[in-house]
Amino acid sequence: MSPDLLKLIFGRLTIESLPLHEPIVVGTFAVVATGGLVMLAGLTYFRLWGYLWSEWFTSVDHKRIGIMYMILGIVMLLRGFADALMMRLQQALAFGGSEGYLNSHHYDQVFTAHGVIMIFFVAMPLVTGLMNFVVPLQIGARDVSFPFLNNFSFWMTVGGAVLVMASLFIGEFARTGWLAYPPLSNIGYSPDVGVDYYIWGLQVAGVGTTLSGINLICTIVKLRCPGMTMMRMPVFTWTALCTNVLIVASFPVLTVVLALLSLDRYVGTNFFTNDFGGSPMMYVNLIWIWGHPEVYILVLPAFGIFSEVTSTFSGKRLFGYTSMVYATVVITILSYLVWLHHFFTMGSGASVNSFFGITTMIISIPTGAKMFNWLFTMYRGRIRFELPMMWTIAFMLTFVLGGMTGVLLAVPPADFVLHNSLFLIAHFHNVIIGGVVFGAFAGIGYWFPKAFGFKLDPFWGKLSFWFWVTGFYLAFMPLYVLGLMGVTRRLRVFDDPSLQIWFIVAGIGAFLVFLGILSMLMQFAVSFLRREQLKDVTGDPWDARTLEWATSSPPPDYNFAFTPVVHDNDAWWDMKKRGYQRPLTGFKPIHMPSSTGTGIILAGFATAMGFGLIWYIWWLAAASFIAMLAVGIGHTFNYHRDFDIPADDVIRAEDARTKLLAGAK
Amino acid sequence: MSRFKILALLPLAVALSGCNYVVLAPAGDIAAQQRDLVIISTVLMLLIVVPVMALTVLFAWRYRQSNTEARYEPEWDHSTSLELVIWSAPLLIIVCLGALTWMGTHLLDPYRALGRIHADRAVDQSKAPLEVDVVALDWKWLFIYPDYGIATVNDLAAPVDRPINFRITASSVMNSFYIPALAGQIYAMPGMETKLHAVVNHAGSYRGFSANYSGAGFSGMHFNFQGLDDKGFDAWIASAKSGGGSLGRAEYLQLEKPSQNEPVRRYGTVDSDLYRLILNMCVETGKMCQSEMMAIDAKGGLGHEGLNNTLPLAYDKYARRGTALGPEPTFVAGTCTPDAPQGKTTASITAPVDTAPLLGAGLKRPTFTPLKSSSFFLGQRPKSDS
Repeated sequence: MSPDLLKLIFGRLTIESLPLHEPIVVGTFAVVATGGLVMLAGLTYFRLWGYLWSEWFTSVDHKRIGIMYMILGIVMLLRGFADALMMRLQQALAFGGSEGYLNSHHYDQVFTAHGVIMIFFVAMPLVTGLMNFVVPLQIGARDVSFPFLNNFSFWMTVGGAVLVMASLFIGEFARTGWLAYPPLSNIGYSPDVGVDYYIWGLQVAGVGTTLSGINLICTIVKLRCPGMTMMRMPVFTWTALCTNVLIVASFPVLTVVLALLSLDRYVGTNFFTNDFGGSPMMYVNLIWIWGHPEVYILVLPAFGIFSEVTSTFSGKRLFGYTSMVYATVVITILSYLVWLHHFFTMGSGASVNSFFGITTMIISIPTGAKMFNWLFTMYRGRIRFELPMMWTIAFMLTFVLGGMTGVLLAVPPADFVLHNSLFLIAHFHNVIIGGVVFGAFAGIGYWFPKAFGFKLDPFWGKLSFWFWVTGFYLAFMPLYVLGLMGVTRRLRVFDDPSLQIWFIVAGIGAFLVFLGILSMLMQFAVSFLRREQLKDVTGDPWDARTLEWATSSPPPDYNFAFTPVVHDNDAWWDMKKRGYQRPLTGFKPIHMPSSTGTGIILAGFATAMGFGLIWYIWWLAAASFIAMLAVGIGHTFNYHRDFDIPADDVIRAEDARTKLLAGAK
Repeated sequence: MSRFKILALLPLAVALSGCNYVVLAPAGDIAAQQRDLVIISTVLMLLIVVPVMALTVLFAWRYRQSNTEARYEPEWDHSTSLELVIWSAPLLIIVCLGALTWMGTHLLDPYRALGRIHADRAVDQSKAPLEVDVVALDWKWLFIYPDYGIATVNDLAAPVDRPINFRITASSVMNSFYIPALAGQIYAMPGMETKLHAVVNHAGSYRGFSANYSGAGFSGMHFNFQGLDDKGFDAWIASAKSGGGSLGRAEYLQLEKPSQNEPVRRYGTVDSDLYRLILNMCVETGKMCQSEMMAIDAKGGLGHEGLNNTLPLAYDKYARRGTALGPEPTFVAGTCTPDAPQGKTTASITAPVDTAPLLGAGLKRPTFTPLKSSSFFLGQRPKSDS
């Protein structure tokens, strides 16, 4: 075939684009491909495709979508963590003239992919998944406001993840750092597909995130059950509301800044170039106007989880509910006023730097108040050290350290000596692992029985907990120390041999975290095998306080046979106290949304369009775009969007629960 | 602390003593003041962090389920006085820290000329500060000493106790200029200039590097910074001068091409205009300097006619800068006339004298005669095969 025709069909995708010369990547591909084939064969052999398609992929049930988000997050955690281990190994080896085992082309992709994956495809899905699963249950709703949109949002997030994963085996990923600052990320200095993978991966996933933000705001504002005023919402729902407000307000900024960068890269505009009036600093400002709220998007729901967990396992009302709510709202607002602290060292004047430094410090006041509120919730409680509570204690001890180093970095003169150093790396892992990851794990342990009807196995959970916590401290305390020695981030080789010991310790820490992750996977497997012993028949295994525990575990499709009526913050606790009797008769048909495959199909075309744009396969991009429009318009003619669960089915489900509950007593 | 615990800490102390905590023990006054702020802020915050951590452990232990002795008040969820304390305690710390931040940030602003060279010594006004122009290249550092007419690559020296004024820029991507022993870092950005004022108090050899990832050769982008006594510094300058070699525009364009792990290089003479040209991104002959563009724009700009004043980009550090769907890469030509269509060399261009705005109500547009050559028009240009 002529080169022109090949170019027309495949764009710039050639056989050389496959990283066949990188043995590590080829090996990884072999493992992943084998694993994938085994899985596909298994699904086919056990005839699970139909089940997966009709019960999960096309499901608009917020609970199933929530669970799928969590699975996505955990799968991507394995990839992101593999990158982390590779970095730790490289940095532990590359001393005394050794180049380590990764060349800069590979290493620079690894640290970029690690950051992007961990934030966008691990932390975000975990947080979104928990919100998706819990919020409608907590507010006594039967689903989110826009169930189809919810399904579509999830598959767009998967689409972004697929693009980022594809970059591992087809072409390459960005070599720019996780925020892809221009001019480095511009076409002149990154002419390859890496940055295009970055852009389209995030753009596709970003659509999902923004839509899911809109969806959850509507859900919380409009679908609360009778009696649940704003000030009676559970704290997790409050933090979810604030987080989604942040998402809706900040993700469009990311979309725009990436769109401008892609204009620079595709059509030769000059927004962020050096020449022709472009200003790379504009990019830095814009991306951090999204990037700083992003931090709070992740951590606020974690705060909500810790509030629920502390109060439940202390057997006590949450201390200072009102100030907790106001603290959350204040953090939400302030998170927009601090973005410049990410680049104090780019030459802003002293007054500007001071302003942003001080606003940053002010955030620590409501955060500190929250910390005290959890503390005084424990005070005069009866604390049960179940796994979620252990994660909470570990969080409280770890997060204050991370918070302290964060405030330290907010002092501009201190930032001048610590910016971009390993001290900074240690700081944000300290708050993201200590806050978001521990929070997500606490949330998983806490709500797992609600989702699946059995508790998680405590032995493997505790093992995982201790591996994670000690691993975290071993991995990141050395980085604080190295930061004070003036060691900067993203270095591939070192020539000062006295530093090596610290990197080796950090590597051991990372390995312990790896064991923690394995233990966690083991915990899921063991819990599944022991599900009969760990069974939760009451629907309220922790003697908890909020509405999600009022229904069965796992909840029926319709969540609540009758919409509950709320009289107190801790609605379920209040109902239990007042001797609530579950209604046994009078069930009616329940109106529910129907499953649809449109979401996954649309997201599939969006991903194909991204792929076409990345590789300059214009026909594919155009065809996918037209297909998306066609499917979108076609979906508006789908009149089978809802159905009624017949009263008989409701009666059957509720009777089954009555029997279970009777058996439990 | 028991003797046993002290023994347990010994290996830690040994491990710590072998290391160079340059951020905590710097050699320059600015870095020392920054270090002081790090320590004061940390201590200030520990005032609240330590009690919180202690209380967490204490409460977790005291109110564990098995301890039925402890009071249990499941309905207790509010206390106005406690609320006051938990909001005001962090507030007070932040008020102190905020005041410290405001002062520290202004006093240690890298743009601010030094007021002292050491905690107990003021600046000697009779001595002029040392001027150093810093350029971050892919992937090495160029230092120009305008007062001495020399330049070096990956080698920096300064006399002890003499203030140093750095002017910092970059040729292509962002880097960060950082010598931990001397002073905090500041970004080096193309087409922009940042400044740093600092002084080194102790003679010695220190490490400098880029603190912002800038591409493949980033790890090797470090240099040695020497604090020398006056005599040593003069000798250092003299040796650079006698070493010969000259850095003009042509040599610079060679030098700026990407290269990794560059050895030290010295140039005995340097084009005195070079730093200005680098900063304004017009080292290439015939390219318009940014300062000229800004001067033109300040007078109202050239309007649409300005679009014609571009030429195809011939010189490039990398293979290609064009985009898939966009026009061929171009650059803004130096102010050109029919007599000199490639533009004059920028060195001979003087700043415009008349600063009155050219555009606006009642003012005439500057007359413009397009050149005959079709190559000046976007789109009509023959496409080069790239």
